[in-house]
Amino acid sequence: MLLRNPRRELEIAGPVRVHALLDRLEIDRDTVLVIRGDTLVPGDTLLLDGDDVEIRPVISGGAE
Amino acid sequence: MKCRRCRAPAVIDVRRHNAGFCSPCFVHHCQEQVRKAIHDFSMFEQGARVLVAVSGGKDSLALWDLLLDLGYEVDGLYLGLGIDDYSDKSVVYVREFAGRRARKLIEVDLPTDFGFDIPNGSRAARRVPCSACGLSKRHLFDRAALEGDYDVVATGHNLDDEAAVLFGNVLRWSAEYLGRQHPVLPAANGFPRKVKPLVRLAERETAAYCVLRGIDYQVEECPMAEGNRHLGYKAALNAMEAQSPGTKHAFLFGYFERASKLFTPDVEAERDELHPCGGCGAPTLGEICAFCRLVERATVR
Repeated sequence: MLLRNPRRELEIAGPVRVHALLDRLEIDRDTVLVIRGDTLVPGDTLLLDGDDVEIRPVISGGAE
Repeated sequence: MKCRRCRAPAVIDVRRHNAGFCSPCFVHHCQEQVRKAIHDFSMFEQGARVLVAVSGGKDSLALWDLLLDLGYEVDGLYLGLGIDDYSDKSVVYVREFAGRRARKLIEVDLPTDFGFDIPNGSRAARRVPCSACGLSKRHLFDRAALEGDYDVVATGHNLDDEAAVLFGNVLRWSAEYLGRQHPVLPAANGFPRKVKPLVRLAERETAAYCVLRGIDYQVEECPMAEGNRHLGYKAALNAMEAQSPGTKHAFLFGYFERASKLFTPDVEAERDELHPCGGCGAPTLGEICAFCRLVERATVR
């Protein structure tokens, strides 16, 4: 599993649903996209062992 | 989860709408939100020449793509900020998109054209990097729009951006900034018309739009923005949104509907006092505009 900003990789055993995974990692589900392979997946998707998953933050800053 | 519109398997859930969408219906949802924003706020008409300010990030590239697909005539403007690898990579995404959609891209580069970059220039000028960056963007977008005879400048500010700015302005009761916070700023006294067509879309939606449309964008956060005040406001609002989805939309659009008019007279009065900058001719309240002062300080050796 690839997490970005900062970039790091984790191994997490499946099966686990997307929302449960985000809760376990203490990530607000409205602040990220979850991408399996190259496909966006919603919160009730069951992720399995061997899935390549990217958790991509969507929050950007810089406005003054 | 099923798509709210067609009952196909969903690829994204949007909590504030209590809905899931498949890929085609999500793209349709984004188009409808932008179409509604343009209509409701009378941003511009079909046939207008639109200049979209693009950074290589998700919001501005999604905006450019959405406006083109809605049938508008839109060119891009990229401002090189000289932020090392971040800027080097960002411009690649912008050029790739412009080439793919066969649209004109105007490029302005701070180091080449004005002799400073944001990291060193902001330090020399004793400004916060995001402040120097925002000032440079506003000034140079205005100038490019006027020089290119565009009818309107469109920026990729989304619902989260605008709610966070409003939050910060309300916390300080910054009346001057509150008066300027609207999805449309009319052209006046040397300023071009400016619009924010993404104001009805959250940043998670613009990011999802790019993924679903196959638009590559700069995913990494700007290194200059780390820990800034704006991100703190977003975190606070997101904590409230998690408890009560729709809070950010209600906060921002409630302001537009019920309170923004209270603050516009201050801004209109200020606009009447503007005159041309002695250095570049842009409208300013002083003798020299803030951008010319920034260039002067940032390029002192």
